[in-house]
Amino acid sequence: MIEVTENKDYRLITNEMRLEFAAVSDNEAFARMAVSAFIAPLNPTLEELSDVKTAVSEAVTNAIIHGYENRGSVLDRVLMNCELKGSIFMVEIIDRGVGMEDVGRAMEPLYTTRPEWERSGMGFAFMEAFMDDLEVLSEPDQGTLVRMYKKIGLGSWIVSEE
Amino acid sequence: MEEDFKVIDNCLMIRMPIEVDHHKSVDISKRADRYIVSKKVGNVVFDFERTTFMDSSGVGVILGRYKKISCFGGKVYAVHAGNRIRRMLLLSGLENIVEIME
Repeated sequence: MIEVTENKDYRLITNEMRLEFAAVSDNEAFARMAVSAFIAPLNPTLEELSDVKTAVSEAVTNAIIHGYENRGSVLDRVLMNCELKGSIFMVEIIDRGVGMEDVGRAMEPLYTTRPEWERSGMGFAFMEAFMDDLEVLSEPDQGTLVRMYKKIGLGSWIVSEE
Repeated sequence: MEEDFKVIDNCLMIRMPIEVDHHKSVDISKRADRYIVSKKVGNVVFDFERTTFMDSSGVGVILGRYKKISCFGGKVYAVHAGNRIRRMLLLSGLENIVEIME
């Protein structure tokens, strides 16, 4: 099993949220909306909001179509953990699907195992481009965990500096 | 949905949805291919006027249509693409494949 729980220092955590949803493609939009609502109190800029939504959409889509091989079964579940440490936003997308042998290979831009499904191979590249930090843990037949970080609210800081 | 696909001369015009994700992309690709085959269109124009969200699935749709029509000399165009969509097309190296127009 991919390690999910760890010893957290709750003194620094200002908000936390955990979601579990069926690995069906309708939930891609749901996951994006949930995550936008979660970070809304930080007054993200439209750019930051789009960045987070795109990255979450990529990770959730990967879980559904690669992790669970696009089965569309309601019994397959995707987990989404969100956490705030002040203005640092963290999101984890976890599936218990097929996992990956070679994470480094999967993260190469334009690399895809499913060209027949018109996957562009840009999922991880977009996550990297739109978030500040990206970690991927995967184990064949165990599943995959994608963890991303982004500092939110840089927009208001820039405005006040000016 | 059907009114989002229009054939004008040799071009298939596709009005992209508000949110372009994997869920929507599957359907767009399927419908577009039906038009490409049945109406024998040469070029495909993607109109992003109302699109406020796109992920890499949108890139897949464009790339997929390009592969289908380029062997017959067809081209793909993007119109009304905002900065964000342009950036995604650049990141995925599609700027040489897609003609971005105002």
